[in-house]
Amino acid sequence: MPALSKQEKQELISEVLAAYPEEARAEREKHLYVNDPEMESTTKCLTANRKSQPGVMTARGCAYAGSKGVVWGPVKDMVHISHGPVGCGQYSWGTRRNYSTGSTGIDNFVVMQVTSDFQERDIVFGGDKKLEQMIREIKEIFPLAKGITIQSECPIGLIGDDIEAVAKRMSAELNMPIVPVRCEGFRGVSQSLGHHLANDTVRDHVLGTAEPADSTDYDVAIIGDYNIGGDAWASRIILEEMGLRVIAQWSGDGTLNEMQTTHKAKLNLVHCYRSMNYIARHMEEKYGIPWLEYNFFGPTKIEESVRAIAAKFDKKVQDKAEEVIASHKGRMQAVLDKYRPRLEGKKVMLYVGGLRPRHVIGAYEDLGMEIIGTGYEFGHNDDYDRTLKEAGDATLIYDDVTAYELEAFAENMRPDVIGAGVKEKYVFQKMGIPFRQMHSWDYSGPYHGYDGFEIFARDMDMAVNAPAYKLMKAPWKNA
Amino acid sequence: MQEALNIKDHNGLFELERYKESQEAKKAFEKWPTEDEIEKVRAYTCSDEYKEKNFGRTALTINPAKACQPLGAIFAAAGFDGCLPYVHGSQGCTAYFRSHFNRHFKEPFAAVSDSMTEDAAVFGGHKNMIAGLKNAYALYKPKMIAVSSTCMAEVIGDDLNAFIKNAKKAESVPADFPVPFAHTPSFVGSHVTGYDNMLKGILFQLTQGVEKAPADNGKVNIIPGFDGFAVGNIQEIKRILKLMGVDSIVLADNSDVLDTPLDGTYKMYAGGTTIEEVKAAKNARATFALLPDSVEKATKTLIKDEWAQQFFASIPLGLAGTDAWLMKLSEVTGKEIPAELERERGKALDAMTDSNYYLHGKRFAIFGDPSYAEALTDFYMELGAEPVHIVVTNGSKKWAKAFNKKLSESSFGKGGKVHQGADLWHLRSLMISEPVDFLVGSTHGKQIAKELDVPLIRIGFPIFDRHHLHRYPTFGYRGIINILTWTVNAILDDLDRKATFNNDFVR
Ligand code: SF4
Ligand code: SF4
Repeated sequence: MPALSKQEKQELISEVLAAYPEEARAEREKHLYVNDPEMESTTKCLTANRKSQPGVMTARGCAYAGSKGVVWGPVKDMVHISHGPVGCGQYSWGTRRNYSTGSTGIDNFVVMQVTSDFQERDIVFGGDKKLEQMIREIKEIFPLAKGITIQSECPIGLIGDDIEAVAKRMSAELNMPIVPVRCEGFRGVSQSLGHHLANDTVRDHVLGTAEPADSTDYDVAIIGDYNIGGDAWASRIILEEMGLRVIAQWSGDGTLNEMQTTHKAKLNLVHCYRSMNYIARHMEEKYGIPWLEYNFFGPTKIEESVRAIAAKFDKKVQDKAEEVIASHKGRMQAVLDKYRPRLEGKKVMLYVGGLRPRHVIGAYEDLGMEIIGTGYEFGHNDDYDRTLKEAGDATLIYDDVTAYELEAFAENMRPDVIGAGVKEKYVFQKMGIPFRQMHSWDYSGPYHGYDGFEIFARDMDMAVNAPAYKLMKAPWKNA
Repeated sequence: MQEALNIKDHNGLFELERYKESQEAKKAFEKWPTEDEIEKVRAYTCSDEYKEKNFGRTALTINPAKACQPLGAIFAAAGFDGCLPYVHGSQGCTAYFRSHFNRHFKEPFAAVSDSMTEDAAVFGGHKNMIAGLKNAYALYKPKMIAVSSTCMAEVIGDDLNAFIKNAKKAESVPADFPVPFAHTPSFVGSHVTGYDNMLKGILFQLTQGVEKAPADNGKVNIIPGFDGFAVGNIQEIKRILKLMGVDSIVLADNSDVLDTPLDGTYKMYAGGTTIEEVKAAKNARATFALLPDSVEKATKTLIKDEWAQQFFASIPLGLAGTDAWLMKLSEVTGKEIPAELERERGKALDAMTDSNYYLHGKRFAIFGDPSYAEALTDFYMELGAEPVHIVVTNGSKKWAKAFNKKLSESSFGKGGKVHQGADLWHLRSLMISEPVDFLVGSTHGKQIAKELDVPLIRIGFPIFDRHHLHRYPTFGYRGIINILTWTVNAILDDLDRKATFNNDFVR
């Protein structure tokens, strides 16, 4: 199918929107546009970070998901309480693939569902007493836990519990950080506010509360890498090869101590801007630590990023950076030689969280693939601004796209592969469109770094060129 | 060149020396405990003292084996033709429910939320319901919308009935458009309770105005319940009923929508119980609920009192379980159990004797929903296996008491104990102090199974980490062969893996 022109895409948007009742259509209109890289900013053509319309089937989650699921959950030596009824913690238990080392239940508590399992009486009489008791029990049951976070589910903010007071009291009693987070799911409009609230609580309770054993001029922190399928490890290793010292990982495979001591970093390296720009800005203001956004998806962007990072350091690091780039060239070329011919010209639609809708574009382009549509579940305008130049001319851009819209767009544009989440996956596969989950890497990964790109290329080939899709039509049905 | 590439993903990459070094070096920044400290704590968590502390927990729940009400509600709702599950409340829950089912069934799962936010927390979700029903109706063109609620809506006390009435007044949906509803507070009961409540809501609403006929229509109703094996089981039960010549109506038949072909189109509504069938169900001769825990209160009361029907709740799992179920069905319908089913029974029994030696006397632990846990335990005892720990986080004390009594009266079961209200962290302690030969349950048992090196037989919900199991029935005589196959082969795999000299080709 030939690619749709700008005009045709504009028409497609109107056609799709026609199905909505008036009020919803007027709102949804503000979330869809066709990209023009010449534009300076998206504020005129797009509204983002707005409430989802009721009843439309948004893919978005909630603030709890942003705090417990994304930012805090991966911190491995702390216990994260899903505070409230059993559900939220149950569904987010062990499904995000933020890998970490250690032994579950002994020194590592990431893949555990620790909950106050609220019953009716807790709703009626309040849950503070229970929370207090629970925290004492955590200390007994998990002696190696270095701290505790309280991740509020919806009811907490509605029944007037004072989790801050409990946290303060218990923190003093047990002599460990206990962090209350007001990330009830009804706050904000998506996961995004949860990221922000979680960042604020790191700032208020953790950051700067311990000093590192030593310090060097080459100390950096990785901010906003959740180690999905080992992403942060595959990034860390590049930074180490460059002669830098990664003193903290936020927050994939992260620890309390790393977060406490990050204020001694010389440079903060921000991968997922959306979920952690807040803390980076704070460290800049309070500690004067500069921060730099980088992109470790695909050799082109990695190369650019490695140079940009090295430019913040001395000649020694810069020379090493060139060595690193040179040392991976051959291998990367071999990967491209194998996969580019199989993927060249293939069209891609994306719909991911707050970073990847723009950050992975370069990696696809390295493979000769073209992005024809992309959008964020919970991006803000600054994310879309950052997307303007990354996405090509006439790329369809959709914010908080509904299931209805995304299906209609895909039906009309027939991409060769779609990258989105598990809720979308099976829908598009039924439509005969190959799919990769781009939150969880579809149980693969890492995709970050040089090592990750090899896997990314392999996986895209696996999806796009899966023989099964070509068998869709029963041979006895004539063409 | 291609061979030379040898791409390693997360399963091999991090075993490489350079990554091991990198991770080792990271420990300094982590202030990671020393090996000694870790080993000391590990040993402590395996001690009797620790077990006592663990069982002394009064407020802390760790790794429970249950989910919340609305999950069950939308599972039931998905079983009706053209029905769009709608969850009134904050939107995050719905995203979680949907992905939970996606991961288990590897299928799409449609459901909408009306996305209540902070203003709704103050003023209630009235406006959200009006706009939500309107948008959902316009976009997804359902034949019915089934409304359940998240704990947010429940805590602020939203009145679903009144809101839906008002939405109809505001013309969000036509006045005669069915919008059944159920309040599904997640701080009461569990996912099976939600199934019960939503099913009752739908059955009640759709049969309003349906006259109770003087004579029944000869059909039987089947309620499958909250079952991770719904696809295989509903198909199997329908096959059995056909063999018996029994005319049936499956109430909440989600076996098609969760098992659609890849044919180039996505069909959001792909079969299920029709509104007409539900109407006819009111005048059926009897209702058979296959999972008693899924119909415990609301649905049972509706069918017994309002529909004035015979109501049976028993699970056709295992030999005696299937026998009893078929006999009851035969008794109620007057249809004979056909020779073909008797042949199937014989084959199942044959398989049981083939595998007997690997199962007799084997000690096992099991966790999951009460109906499944009990029926599976009964079945394993038919194989001569001995239950040791039965962990059920939901369920009732009454149920546990009756089950414990039954166990104590069985020569195979007398060493077993039901731990109702316990969680998987309790189970870990139990399995350390009294080890077993195999564990039965959902994917969530994976950690314990791995740590204690015990095979995990995946029967339960959710199963995220194995494919296609839900397509196989666990019910009926064919279900016996499936359960048996999974179990005995897992035991044999374990035996082969641990064998030092005995590498027999024949087992
Ligand atoms: S907020 Fe309540 S309804 Fe929603 S997932 Fe959590 S426990 Fe379930
Ligand atoms: S990578 Fe995507 S899903 Fe992950 S935290 Fe960032 S925005 Fe969210």
